[in-house]
Amino acid sequence: MLNMTHVSRVYRTDTVETHALRDFSLYVDEGEFVAVTGPSGSGKTTFLNIAGLLEDLTSGTYELDGRDVSGLSDNERSKIRNEKIGFIFQTFNLIPDLNVFDNVDVPLRYRNMSASERRKRITEALEIVGLTSRMTHLPAQLSGGQQQRVAIARALAGSPRFLLADEPTGNLDSEMASQVLDLLEDVNRTGTTIIMVTHEAGLATRARRNIHVLDGRIQPEEPEAQADGPPPLTAVQLAGA
Amino acid sequence: MFAYHVRLALLSLKKNPALTALIIGAFALGIGVCMTTLTVYYQMSNNPIVHKNDVLYAVALDSWDPVEPYDDDQPEQAPWELTWRDMMALRQSDIPTHHAAMFKGSFVVEPESDDVLPFEETVRMTDGGFFSLFDIPFQYGAPWDTTADENGEYVVVLSREMNEKLFGGQNSVGRTLLLDKLSFTVTGVIDNWNPAPKYYDVNNGAFDNAEQMFMPLTVAFPLERFSDGNTNCWKDEDINDYQAFLNSECVWFQYWAQLDAPEQKARYQDFLDAYVMEQKQLGRFERPLNNRLTPVDEWLQVRQVVADDSKVLLGVSFMFLAVCLFNTVGLLLAKFIGKSGEIGLRRALGASRTAVFGQQLVEVGVIGVAGGLLGLGLAVLGLRAVRKIYIGLDQLVDLTSIDVSMVLAALGISIAASVLAGLYPAWRVCRVSPASYLKTQ
Repeated sequence: MLNMTHVSRVYRTDTVETHALRDFSLYVDEGEFVAVTGPSGSGKTTFLNIAGLLEDLTSGTYELDGRDVSGLSDNERSKIRNEKIGFIFQTFNLIPDLNVFDNVDVPLRYRNMSASERRKRITEALEIVGLTSRMTHLPAQLSGGQQQRVAIARALAGSPRFLLADEPTGNLDSEMASQVLDLLEDVNRTGTTIIMVTHEAGLATRARRNIHVLDGRIQPEEPEAQADGPPPLTAVQLAGA
Repeated sequence: MFAYHVRLALLSLKKNPALTALIIGAFALGIGVCMTTLTVYYQMSNNPIVHKNDVLYAVALDSWDPVEPYDDDQPEQAPWELTWRDMMALRQSDIPTHHAAMFKGSFVVEPESDDVLPFEETVRMTDGGFFSLFDIPFQYGAPWDTTADENGEYVVVLSREMNEKLFGGQNSVGRTLLLDKLSFTVTGVIDNWNPAPKYYDVNNGAFDNAEQMFMPLTVAFPLERFSDGNTNCWKDEDINDYQAFLNSECVWFQYWAQLDAPEQKARYQDFLDAYVMEQKQLGRFERPLNNRLTPVDEWLQVRQVVADDSKVLLGVSFMFLAVCLFNTVGLLLAKFIGKSGEIGLRRALGASRTAVFGQQLVEVGVIGVAGGLLGLGLAVLGLRAVRKIYIGLDQLVDLTSIDVSMVLAALGISIAASVLAGLYPAWRVCRVSPASYLKTQ
């Protein structure tokens, strides 16, 4: 489904070249729940941005659903983001002036969907996250956990092929974080592929596969992580390897 | 999608009320100033008898000095007015559907009522055809007949306002009034009629009010009346008495003719040319043949009814609008950059650059509408101020009135200007890299 091969991402200024990703190859199969861990600055977010078509890669190839998406136009990338990818952010990224319903509506607005279809999808998505009673609430009237659930509903409303979650529990207390992870697991069980970036090893163990990134490269599995983590933690699948 | 963008625009405008007010205020100020001058310019450029533009002609014969043209700036033009001799000759033609010679005179009016003191009043001395020529509506009675024209009868047509003043607004047809101690009989009272500009005689102020009294032109000559308007002479002549003045080469009569069909116009042109050729045989009309039939719109241009300073003022006001726009570009940029986080998020969730660009343009369009409406309010105040400055000139009420077309023009200019001002900020913000703002949202 997602296949990155020898991807690199280099940020250049006049004097400095920063290699955020180096020779990064990864294959994620349909229905997987993959956790990407690593310390700050390791390249996790850069990977997620490239995976979500939010950033260009410098070299290598990136295939999504068998299609090379590395050279697509901005409009084509927007369309793929809109139709195939759902995003969940650490800071929720809800629009404060819009109520819950309208926040979930945002990606659907760019799909030329009828009002009734949009309403149906929004209601269903909010049912999944248990927030149908809060449709008219503004984000500021919700707790952090509820806001993240709205963000998940927004990501789910478009029926994406996969979810990209960037530290989805980073701003939540442990109880709420657990609820959000439960929700992500539920979503994954319905067949939606999830790639979750986190720097918390504990959370990563909830995923079915754990990838550790350091200095822009995927690291071999750590034995202790294997020991601590519950099965089925699988080996990193390097594309083409 | 448009309705959605309008809703987002309203939310966005509510979010920063101070900045929004500043932007809308800048637009409104520019639009207000622009619309004030544009309204006056538009009304000054108005053709009050546009429905007869193609059949109504100012008649001009070039009887002027053979050495130099009447108007150095427009040497191709003939004198704006006619001599008495030429005017009298043209009145004999039966080719035009209607025609009328005229000049501006004045009489002292002695009202019947003791409540109204005698006063001097400007009078249009003209032919009975004047009223049909210019489609003047009558409240009571009718114009005088051709017999009155031929015999110089003491008859008068009053304006509605003058009738109100002299006869309390009653039907005064058949009543008499003293003008320069002569008894004149009222044949009719015209309804409201005050064309702006006063196209039939733009001398001495194209935006003066129309006269409130009209009487046969032929009354003037036995009474040895001179024009209260323009009289221009070029020839060194011995003018010892009134008859010598009438026979002189001085021009002082405006002349208008209604020619409904092209062949009628051609016949009248031939008539004019034949008349002038005949006069040339008599030693007059030494300049090249230059008899002109000028339609109203062209006449208003030739007579430069809209002064150059009005055009300059209009240009300056549009430059002021441009300055307001220039300032607004900066404010809009600040506003849009402030929304980068939201825009980055929308981009991440699938909004294309075009969609984001469109959203911002709708927002500036909404600002434009608000600025346009507020600007219209300012324009109304500005136009009231113009009226206060030129108080007493009734035509200014017309010149400073905003009609539907001006409201639409104001909104159109405002929306176009706002979109123009918003193009760069919208372009800048739609190029926001979504990834760079998501963390900072």
